[in-house]
Amino acid sequence: MPGMRPSPLLLLMTALVLAFLSLPMLAALWLSFSPTEVLHFPPRGFSLRWYADFFESERWLLATRNSLLVGGATMVVATLLGTAAAIGLHLGEFRGRAVLLGLLTLPMVTPFIVTAASMFFAFSLIGLAGTLPGLVLGHTVVAVPFVLVSVLASLSTFDGAMLRAAASLGAAPWLAFRRVLLPRIWPGVAAGAVFAFATSLDEFVITLFLAGPGQFTLPRQMYANVREYMTPTILSAASLLFLLSVLLLLVTEALRRR
Amino acid sequence: MPRTRAALTAWDERGLPPEAAFAALAEESGAALQDRRIGALAQRLNFEQSGLRALLLRTARAQDRLAAPYAESLPALDACWGDPETWRLLRRAGGPTTSLYLLRALDLTRTAEGEVRRVPPDQALFRTLFLRTLWVSLLVTAACVLLGWPVAACIAALRPPWSSITLLLVLVPFWSSVLVRSTAWFALLQREGPVNDLLLFLGAIESPLQLIGTRFAVLLSTVHILLPVAILPMVGVMARLDRRHLHAAASLGAGPWLRFRRVWLPLSLPGVLAGAAMTFLLAVGFYITPALLGGERDQLVAWFIAQYLTREVNWGMAAALSAYLLAMAGAVAALLRALTGNTPAGTRA
Repeated sequence: MPGMRPSPLLLLMTALVLAFLSLPMLAALWLSFSPTEVLHFPPRGFSLRWYADFFESERWLLATRNSLLVGGATMVVATLLGTAAAIGLHLGEFRGRAVLLGLLTLPMVTPFIVTAASMFFAFSLIGLAGTLPGLVLGHTVVAVPFVLVSVLASLSTFDGAMLRAAASLGAAPWLAFRRVLLPRIWPGVAAGAVFAFATSLDEFVITLFLAGPGQFTLPRQMYANVREYMTPTILSAASLLFLLSVLLLLVTEALRRR
Repeated sequence: MPRTRAALTAWDERGLPPEAAFAALAEESGAALQDRRIGALAQRLNFEQSGLRALLLRTARAQDRLAAPYAESLPALDACWGDPETWRLLRRAGGPTTSLYLLRALDLTRTAEGEVRRVPPDQALFRTLFLRTLWVSLLVTAACVLLGWPVAACIAALRPPWSSITLLLVLVPFWSSVLVRSTAWFALLQREGPVNDLLLFLGAIESPLQLIGTRFAVLLSTVHILLPVAILPMVGVMARLDRRHLHAAASLGAGPWLRFRRVWLPLSLPGVLAGAAMTFLLAVGFYITPALLGGERDQLVAWFIAQYLTREVNWGMAAALSAYLLAMAGAVAALLRALTGNTPAGTRA
């Protein structure tokens, strides 16, 4: 048992579980290079034809464009709101701080389907359902908690007295924010922004309800295709999304080390 | 139908309603037919009791031929209008709020006398559904904690850089989307897919199995998807544990099993609970994975919410199911808070 060093039994169990965690995705990655339409394992040969298919298909390219557009917009809105909320919660001393923090992180623990359904009700009433701004707002709701938590973590070592010092030296609030606060917390803000982008990129359930008929994002396009007919092109799309997630993860890990 | 509602509100539910209600109903159902609101209206009433849709549509279409006094011409068109029961149902449906959906989501219904009863067994659906959701979520949570515990313990015990490398292997699947991983499983579990190939190769089966559309496929992929969610909070707690407790136990002569049971397990319990709660919270709301990989009998509450929202356009049912699902999630979060004084979101960060 773990004390000084993990025992061989523990190492073996860990290795098995990690294999179970990693192998399916690796197998799917490998299958996406299959030269044939019918999936065999291991694939008989190597081909990029399904990736070519992906980049030549108008539907997939449109879905990619939509995903990047919504992801980018969500990132901007969620980062602005989440950072502002984090700074307010950290520096402000007021009653109900804990309640507010709980409320803001609520989407993290609410079942997604419930968040999605309630947003669908609310947005339908005010005519936002089925619109692109509605979709961005929906994604923002689930992305903000990640930004908030990330920025709060980087703020935990920041002393509010530094802002008062800046103010006493005649710095306007905006200058103090830009020159004193932001340099200290930017890795947290940037990591939060990447979190927000990744959340939006992967988000599917909210998109299913809130997106208009023509607004296909990558996950929505994938889902529609899997249900109709499983082609290796879907696997190439899944692999591309997967690689992008890994890239984003490495970026946040690098930011966290700063 | 505002005038019908007004006329029925004045009625005391004894005997038949006044002529004003009959007249308002005849007129307003005709008007609803003309501006095409009748469909939604009829569907809403049909949900109260099947048969009301047909009744309302027939009445609306016959409106031109109806003449005062409506209290006689309506029952002549359909005997249901002569039954106070029908009017009571209408009156109740016209109220600003109704407990109908919340009751129906638990397979309950209200009789005309206002009594709460179970619906007939052939219409019962939701209790089974909630039990199934609960059962699947508990199974998944248990599997995730059992499989995740050794990994978390290992990450906490390893030295850098091995601990970071192992952690990264957990973080990569955590970051990749649920849909991507469900899709991967969909490809792997095909009849000619690798999982069947592997089983054939091992001699476990003689001919390929139909795996898609089974409960097994749902459980396997859900455990795979939620495993990192269970592991990460456990790592968070275990990495901060004071190793000296274990050294002390060892120096006092405790064997590995005793050290595990009396020291390591109790100390890591907050992490285990947080991981389990987080896994459970996500599992009860799972939609995509059962929808892709499960059959009709493997769908959870979330699937029905989506169905009611998008296909049947029955918002009342969708909202009632969402409310119960949220209550379930809230109960788990509250339980965790009571046990460890922590909120799930706090441990996830």
